[in-house]
Amino acid sequence: MKKLLFAILFAPVVALAAGAKLHLDTAPDKANDMAALQNGAKVFVNYCLNCHSASYMRYNRLKDIGLNDDQVRDNLMFTADKVGEPMRIAMQRNDAKVWFGAAPPDLTVIARARASEHGSGADWLYTYLRSFYRDESRPTGWNNVIFENVGMPHVLWDLQGDQVMGEDHKLKLVKPGKMKPQEYDAMVGDLVAYLKYMGEPVSEFRKHLGVVVLIFLAVFFVFAYALKREFWKDIH
Amino acid sequence: MSKVNALLQGTLDWVDARFPLTANWKAHLSEYYAPKNFNFWYFFGSLAILVLVLQIVTGIFLTMHFKPDASLNASGVPVAFASVEYIMRDVSWGWLIRYMHSTGASAFFIVVYLHMFRGLIYGSYRKPRELIWLFGIGIFLCLMGEAFFGYLLPWGQMSFWGAQVIVNLFSAIPVIGPDLSIWLRGDYVVGDATLNRFFAFHVIAMPLVLVGLVAAHIIALHEVGSNNPDGVEIKKKKDANGVPLDGIPFHPYYTVKDIVGVIVFLMVFSVIVFFMPEGGGYFLEYNNFDPADPLKTPPHIAPVWYFTPYYSLLRAVTYPLLGIDAKFWGVVAMGAGVVVFAFLPWLDRSPVKSIRYRGPLTKTLLTIWIIGFFILGFLGTKDPAYKFFGSIPGAPVAQLLSVYYFLFFLTMPIWSSLDRCQPEPDRVTMK
Repeated sequence: MKKLLFAILFAPVVALAAGAKLHLDTAPDKANDMAALQNGAKVFVNYCLNCHSASYMRYNRLKDIGLNDDQVRDNLMFTADKVGEPMRIAMQRNDAKVWFGAAPPDLTVIARARASEHGSGADWLYTYLRSFYRDESRPTGWNNVIFENVGMPHVLWDLQGDQVMGEDHKLKLVKPGKMKPQEYDAMVGDLVAYLKYMGEPVSEFRKHLGVVVLIFLAVFFVFAYALKREFWKDIH
Repeated sequence: MSKVNALLQGTLDWVDARFPLTANWKAHLSEYYAPKNFNFWYFFGSLAILVLVLQIVTGIFLTMHFKPDASLNASGVPVAFASVEYIMRDVSWGWLIRYMHSTGASAFFIVVYLHMFRGLIYGSYRKPRELIWLFGIGIFLCLMGEAFFGYLLPWGQMSFWGAQVIVNLFSAIPVIGPDLSIWLRGDYVVGDATLNRFFAFHVIAMPLVLVGLVAAHIIALHEVGSNNPDGVEIKKKKDANGVPLDGIPFHPYYTVKDIVGVIVFLMVFSVIVFFMPEGGGYFLEYNNFDPADPLKTPPHIAPVWYFTPYYSLLRAVTYPLLGIDAKFWGVVAMGAGVVVFAFLPWLDRSPVKSIRYRGPLTKTLLTIWIIGFFILGFLGTKDPAYKFFGSIPGAPVAQLLSVYYFLFFLTMPIWSSLDRCQPEPDRVTMK
């Protein structure tokens, strides 16, 4: 029975994956924009980190994006005592399964998991979070263009407002939210940038180190090649 | 200074009287005479050893933090999956060690495939090097096992379902199949028992066999001497001291040359490790960032790229035969696709070894085979319903190429002896 339930639940995902190319909007690149990343962290902690955990991510790791322990403790920690704790949530997974049909996934590496041949994980998330529309046939009253029959309601609804699916299969904003569309897109861009950072906090350092390693190897190559030439000059 | 030298010499003499240190140094390095005309294709043997060492060393450090445990932690994530993320975040330099290991797996196959291709084009498997070749096939099989067992360990969706698919293949064997697959898994589904035994195979059993086979491969090589791009035996022409005229001591000539190769390899390797560790979804599959979920089958399960040519052979067989399921014959085709390489020394009847002196027939058939191998590999990463340019269906193409894959080997005794070959030179040439 459980299996059947899951099969029905994930059938749309299967249908989507087997179908034509998914059109994804390109997420803005804010990997080095500290203000954007910090705003993204704020949105994440306020809106996502209630149902979704980020259980491999420690709060004090946020020093990567320019936040010290006190700033994190005072502004971003609602459910944890110690700054070295990972971002866990209080909701029980068994309850969540009953309430949503599936327990909300841990979001630590979601930006990596959602990458596909259609685009990067960031692109997918950026599109997903802007593609909710009103659908009274769904238990939550919401549906999503790129994740059909999703279990998650539109959590950022009061910011974006209500979208409906038009007969031309395009989304229309029928009731504005607290934010203008451009503001909302920018905010989602910040959130996605944060999710991308959280998926691999070391990624920026990794690229910097890679340049240094390649320069070292290039210099090493010059000497090694000269050594080889010297030894081999007698071999004809 | 002379006192220091005398002390060192004395120590060496003491060791040599008890262990053949100098004798081994000479036999395998300073007086091992390798042909002087090695080209680009001869870097990949030493590079394979380098990658083996990289994998063992990074593997040891990963073992210190990895936990082969499929139970769920407090956040509902499998412990094994969470321990990999722990390595990526909380272990000092853990991300680098892990990326080196995950990239190293793909690098190992790239290097070994190029090494095998070298053997194929220069006839390195021919007499008297049949045993070197057979040890090499053993290494290749072992490597496939090692990669397969290792891929389960991060306990992501692809790890889990890939293992599920492959172990289920054994259930297609008549009579003993179903029991055999349960015995392999240690459970009715891939689970904690499977994860723990795969861990044991990955960190102890396979590496032990692998290192032993590599030693045998090299000892056999140094017994008969290396082949070369001309495919002529340098030992046929020796000077008064018994040194091959076209041979040069491996050390220092090939050690200094291989250092250059190692650096170039490390540059390519670093570009992947530091700038694209996921390798576009081919080295680290995106789906594998989702923890294993036995209740959620991914829509498309594809093995990692290095297995995909054989996976295509498996899927190409769609007809039941002798009253046995097509799946069983697919497994047979996949196994045969790997094992067939072992028969090369006896299938090849050409009077010359190297591609340089072989005729147009060999060159054409081999080129088609290589292209076919790539296309089979590509199709193996795709859904069976894949169409080239949206119109040419991939499945029949894979079937056609699978038939060619085996025909190439089976008819080799005929075409290799028919081909118009050029005469081999007496001595090696420096091209």
